[in-house]
Amino acid sequence: MTCDMCGKNLATVHLTEIIDDQMNELHLCEECAHKKSAQMGQQFGLSDLLAGLAGFEKQKDEKDGLSLKCPNCGMTFKDFKKLGRLGCGECYSAFRSFLGPLLKRIHGANLHCGKTPVSRIAKLTRKTRAAGGAGASSGAREAGTMDPPVKDTVQSLRARLQKAIETEAYEEAAKLRDQIKELEKGQHAEDKKE
Amino acid sequence: MQLNDILNHTSEWLKGTGPHSDIVISSRLRLARNIEKLPFPHWASKKQGKSVLEMIQDAVGKSDLLNKMTVFILEDQDAVDKQFLVERHLMSYEHAQKTNSKAVIVDDDEVVSIMINEEDHIRAQVMQSGFNLIEAWNVINKIDDALAKELPFAFSGEWGYLTACPTNAGTGMRGSVMLHLPALVMTKQINQVLAAIAKLSFTTRGLYGEGTQATGNFFQISNQVSLGQSETDIIQSINNLIRQIIEQEGQCRETLLASNRGMLEDKISRSFGILKSAHIITSQETTELLSLVRLGCDLGIIKDINRRHVNELFLLIQPAHLQKIENKKFASQERDIKRAELIRKKFEK
Repeated sequence: MTCDMCGKNLATVHLTEIIDDQMNELHLCEECAHKKSAQMGQQFGLSDLLAGLAGFEKQKDEKDGLSLKCPNCGMTFKDFKKLGRLGCGECYSAFRSFLGPLLKRIHGANLHCGKTPVSRIAKLTRKTRAAGGAGASSGAREAGTMDPPVKDTVQSLRARLQKAIETEAYEEAAKLRDQIKELEKGQHAEDKKE
Repeated sequence: MQLNDILNHTSEWLKGTGPHSDIVISSRLRLARNIEKLPFPHWASKKQGKSVLEMIQDAVGKSDLLNKMTVFILEDQDAVDKQFLVERHLMSYEHAQKTNSKAVIVDDDEVVSIMINEEDHIRAQVMQSGFNLIEAWNVINKIDDALAKELPFAFSGEWGYLTACPTNAGTGMRGSVMLHLPALVMTKQINQVLAAIAKLSFTTRGLYGEGTQATGNFFQISNQVSLGQSETDIIQSINNLIRQIIEQEGQCRETLLASNRGMLEDKISRSFGILKSAHIITSQETTELLSLVRLGCDLGIIKDINRRHVNELFLLIQPAHLQKIENKKFASQERDIKRAELIRKKFEK
């Protein structure tokens, strides 16, 4: 194989570049590879563009929030600002209006698309079964088995919502958000009964 | 299992096996979990911290998957033992400070370790040799399920697992891959690579995690985002990035071999020579030289040394390890002598 750059020498260096999902293979001789290697590092840097770092949106005026207090652990929002750590899981609800935008800034998203604890899945499955719902035929789920039907629905809805937001399909996103709310309302009511 | 048993044992992740183990040392996944309603460790009273420790110990005891693991209560360990656990990557440096109600639970192969009352109530980690985050996920997912069966985790449908620091919320998952990138460093391309990584929402750290310097050409790359993507998506995105870096390092190694073989052989052989003959040596210098010896093994320039033994040496030359091996406390200068002695012995034919 001859070198792609000079077309004369034998290609001994094989380079695969992926730029914007476009795979490009280059076969180079030693001499041209040297020239190319100087650029190689820069090209790796091009993928920076993928990061699409959005400019930091201005923080909401947080003064009003400083006196907010978590009813469970007593942490105030002021404490949180000072320590950078929350006091307990309930703080997330107590400081909700500030944490939503903060999570969005940190993660670029503020909707969980991952795993749900097995104990919650078991509750949801019991609920579906009690209601004689479809998909409960597999019976009580052993802890550790994945993808029970009910969780699938909430989780897949969330994943779809995330995609909709990314593609700026806001109408679709609003519908999905409402569907998720409905589903979760049912779930919370069930949790309280237990 | 005792700490001394660990000493005479090679950690699974150091075995130098697994996919791409010439460039990837290890793959690690950790999950952050908290018990609902209970204050996070930094905000908890002594009594609350103690009861969290007891609850988790109890849960571990009830699980067939976890109950054979060894629990090390940190208040019972002396400074060297704690440092020893840190050097073996079984717990973080932060965990070894202020040890109130803290513990670490370790399995015999040192694949799994569970820190109790670190920044979160539970920090479970799984470490595999080579480039293998998917296997790490399979293991840690089961451990997480076993714990969730016994403990009510702080979780919200919207924001996932709730953690002390919002940077970990969502999946609570951090994947880290430890890479050995001597060729990218030698060809000075590493800075561009690191700059690109930073802009892609990944972080780079040194050998011992947060706040540590990259020594010996080791770089630990982790995801920053833990919310808004599923666990498998996060793993996928780390894998995609790591594959590119592996390729870059591989190409750099080939280029160096093709164009600068003589220089490379000289550097590597000199490093090996110093290690084989030094009588006083710091851990910093050892790590730098061992890095080149490891590269020499990978490139076939050093033929009669197994990569696994080089990997082990990175660990054995650390201060707490040296003191555990000799079963004696040494001041820093004495350690430099003992270290040189140990290395000479290891490389003796």
